[in-house]
Parts: sequence; C-alpha cells; structure tokens
Amino acid sequence: MEKLTKDDVHPKIVQALLKDTDITIEDALENEMILNMGPQHPATHGVLRVLLRLDGETVIGCVPELGYLHRGYEKMAENMSYYEYIPHTDRLDYISPMANNVAWVLAVEKLAGIEVPPRAQYIRMMVAELARITSHLVAVGAFAMDVGALTVFLWTLREREKVLDIWDILCGARFTNSYTRIGGVANDAQPEALAKVKWFIDQFDDNLTECEKLLNTNRIFIERLENIGIISAEDAIDLGLTGPSLRASGVEFDIRRAMPYLKYNEIDFNIPTYTEGDSLARYFVRVDEMRESVKIIRQVLDKMPQGEVLANNPKKVLPHKTEIYTRMEELIHDFMIVNFGINPPVGEIYHAIEGSKGELGFYLVSKGEGHPWKCKIRSPSFNNLQALPHLVKGHMISDVVAIIGSIDPIMGEADK
Amino acid sequence: MDLKEIIKQKLDSSFPETKFEYSEYKDEFCVKLDKNFIVPVCNLLKKDSELQFILCEDITAVDWATRKNRFTVVYHIFSLKNKFRLKLKADVDEKDCKIDSVSSVWRAANWQERECYDMYGIIFNNHPDLRRMYMPEEFEYHPLRKDFPLLGIPGSLPLPKK
Repeated sequence: MEKLTKDDVHPKIVQALLKDTDITIEDALENEMILNMGPQHPATHGVLRVLLRLDGETVIGCVPELGYLHRGYEKMAENMSYYEYIPHTDRLDYISPMANNVAWVLAVEKLAGIEVPPRAQYIRMMVAELARITSHLVAVGAFAMDVGALTVFLWTLREREKVLDIWDILCGARFTNSYTRIGGVANDAQPEALAKVKWFIDQFDDNLTECEKLLNTNRIFIERLENIGIISAEDAIDLGLTGPSLRASGVEFDIRRAMPYLKYNEIDFNIPTYTEGDSLARYFVRVDEMRESVKIIRQVLDKMPQGEVLANNPKKVLPHKTEIYTRMEELIHDFMIVNFGINPPVGEIYHAIEGSKGELGFYLVSKGEGHPWKCKIRSPSFNNLQALPHLVKGHMISDVVAIIGSIDPIMGEADK
Repeated sequence: MDLKEIIKQKLDSSFPETKFEYSEYKDEFCVKLDKNFIVPVCNLLKKDSELQFILCEDITAVDWATRKNRFTVVYHIFSLKNKFRLKLKADVDEKDCKIDSVSSVWRAANWQERECYDMYGIIFNNHPDLRRMYMPEEFEYHPLRKDFPLLGIPGSLPLPKK
C-alpha cells in the first residue's frame, strides 16, 4: 500500500486539523493521528485537556494543556487580607479543603510569628488527616471507575459522606469548610464531633477492607494497571513528583517526616512505599496511607489536650464573634484586623505541608502591609501532571485514562 | 559541619569570580546570586555528592514594581539526603528581562518556568518549550505584574462571536 504524505493532502485540510492546537506537527498524516482529549472528558477529573499523538492506538506524544480553570488566585491573594483568603483556599484542592486551610494558616503564622495553642494544633492534624482520607477515597473510587469498576466509587463515596458529616458538626459546612483561623481554629471541636471521629475510624478499617477486596481480587483491575505508567525513582524526582505518586516509586519522602510541622514529630506512623512505580503501586500507596491516617487520628484523639483553640494575640488573631458585640477592646481589634489586616513584618517565607496529593506549599512575601505582596501556591497537582507525557509514552489510549486517574490531579489546584 | 557552612564554602570556592549574598530568615537559608551564574550554580548544587539538591520544588518570581531590578526569580530546591530546603534568588531587570533556564538541570523546572513566563513575562533562555501555561497564547499581558489591574483589561480576552 502506498503511504500518504503531507503533500498529498490539501493544505487547507491539514490547516483545519491543526487549527485548534498550539503544537506543531511535522508529518501530520503520515501514520499518526492527533487526538484531542478533554477539556470536557469524564476521565480527566475536571478540565484537563490532553493532546495525544497516536500511531495506531499507541501514544507516541502527549501535550497536556492547562488553564481552563485558571481563576487567578495568586493575583487575588495580593489584593486581599490574609483572613479574607482562607475561604479561597477551599477552592484550590476542592476534594480536601481542610488540608488547604491548614497549609495557608500555617504559612501565615510562620510569616507573622504567631504561636498556636496545642489543642488547636491537634485539631488541625485531625482534620488534615481526615481530609487525606476523603481525598484518597475519591481518588481510589474515581480511579476504579475510570478503569471500569463502578461499585467501588459508590462504596468509597459512602465512607467520604461520613467524614463530610463530621465536618458538618465541626464547622457547619460539609464541603468548603474554611475551618481554620490564623492563630487557631474557628471553634473548638465539640465532644459529639470527636465522638463521631472515633466512631468513624473504628468502623473505617473494615469498610476499607471491603472496598479493597473488590479491587485486589479483580483481575481486570489488576491487569489494566500492572506495569502501566512506570516511572523510576530518579525520573520521578527529576520531574518534580511528590506525594503518593513519588512514594509509589520507592522514594520515602514525606514532609510530615522530613520537615515536621504541627505535632507530627510526636506521632508514630509509617510512610508506605512501593518500588514498582506503576499505576497499581500508586493505588496501593493511597490505600495504605488511609490506614496510616487512621493510626494518626487515633493517636491524635488520645493525645489531644484541653485548653484554648485560639492564640492569645489580640493584634493579630481575630476575636470570637460573641466577644465583639459585648466588649470594647475586642471590637476595636476586630475593626483593625478586618479593615487593615494583620501586617506581618517585612520578610518572606515558604511553608509546605504534605497535602493529600503531595507537597502543598505557600510562598509569601510581606512588605509589612495588611495584604501579601506576593503569594505563590506550589500545588502538587500541577507538578505531578508534568510527569504525564513521560508516563503515557508508549501506552495505549485506554491506559491514558488509567494513568491520569493514578496520579490523581485536581484541576482546581493545578490551574489555581 | 553545618550544612549552611558547607554550601557557603562550596559556592565560594567554586565560583570565585562572583559574589554570593547569604541570608537567613525564620530558619530559611537563602542564597542570592548573579543571574548569569544560575545554571552552573544549580548544576553544582544538584550534582555535588554531599549536597544533592535533586528536587526542584518551585520556581516563581516577585515583582517589586518600583525597584531598580524589578523582578527577583526565586527557586526553592530540596535535598532529600539532608532534608534541607534552599532558596535561590536572582535579580532580573525589566529592560533585560531574561534569565537562563534551569530545565536542563531539573526537568521539573520546565512547567514552573513556563508559568513564571506566563505570569511575569520573564524570558527563560534555552527553554525547550516556552509557551504560556495558563493564559491563551494570543494574550498580550502578564497578569501577575503589578501594573496589570485586578479586574483585568477589557477586551484583552476576545469572546466568541454571537
């Protein structure tokens, strides 16, 4: 059969084919095809657009296009006070808003030099770990759904619903929580909320095992993921992967251990790692991490001391609403903080936590004003997605779906 | 010996022709350097067997608006071996808004530099694929510059015709 070359095709047709992409193709119609996946595609977890260059069904090139959910959160941060920005962090990684809240306030507290009472720190640890569990539940469920196992998604979301109920008791919101405050948390964890957390972690292990059984003995699931999207430890580090995706390649890097924040240095937990570096290993790491999170929450509940949940620092920490209406001092401080901000000293800091997807960091520059001069969000999803072209090369189109699911990108965070 | 001292010593002895400024704020060690030396310095920091800054966490820039050297490019790199985070800074002037790309050192820098180019308009020399990260390619402005208004510029993003 004679080969068709670019010259045989009318230039208008070639142009029309290439019109909507930014990439240039040397020999478009030789054997290869360009497939546009997304931005509206159920398997891309949001609005990720991936351009695939195919040879038959094999992917030989991949260009991810980001920016469909770019809302300019870094620009907005420069124009609002540190307090006002807390609700916006909910919208970054919208699957685990609590973890983002914690990351933001920790960065601001480091910048402003605020000491947080121990009870608030333990509460923050508890919610951050619960956020990790919810995030991984959605990740595992959606991942399984992407490769064709729908039931698991319903089961993991049932578990997630229980955590959302806990958050409802804890802060009055199920989804966009905005629970943390600079200097502490919005309100103390009520006994019924803590009791519900206790109940949740007691029953969670069995239910997780149940979900796991559906997948670990499922031949289709295993065969679709084993040896798919392998990345070596060197490549993973070089490409900037963090979080579960990095640990699946055998690198034992976890910020909770490497640079402990909150009270993680007092907690005993393991860092699950796998050496295979394929999609299946990334799934196993997530499941193991949920078990470790349960272990952490159990210790946190045991160790949680009584006491204040807001720092005693009236110039920087917003007083409780009930005090504002009855006391003059608090009213003045509230007015000053709301109108002029907390004015951290001139300086710049970078603070990162181990978010659900990887290293979530905030780089803040203060000029001594009420709003940050610069705020940079180091989002794990953005950096993890960078490995996608490397991961999908040489695989089939259907594997692309599995690989995207295995690195679990959240576009709210990747696009900021 | 303290790791900070080792870094100081290694940099000073390997690059006698330039001056490094060292500072520390809230336990964050920072090295300020001439932008022409960014690639060899990064190569040294990554490949030195004692330091091994193999993870490039973040690359961004700060727009100081009225300062003489308007931009500062900020790199956060991490050494998994020493569990140590290092901040590198290099000033870039608005008139010569260019700096060498470190994507040959860390592949992770590729997108981070693209984002920085998109938001601040800093050109990274020798970058393999310097396109905009978030904004459309035909967009003329760089949104995180301080002279770009928060509300945006009307008409700068063309809407589809009715």
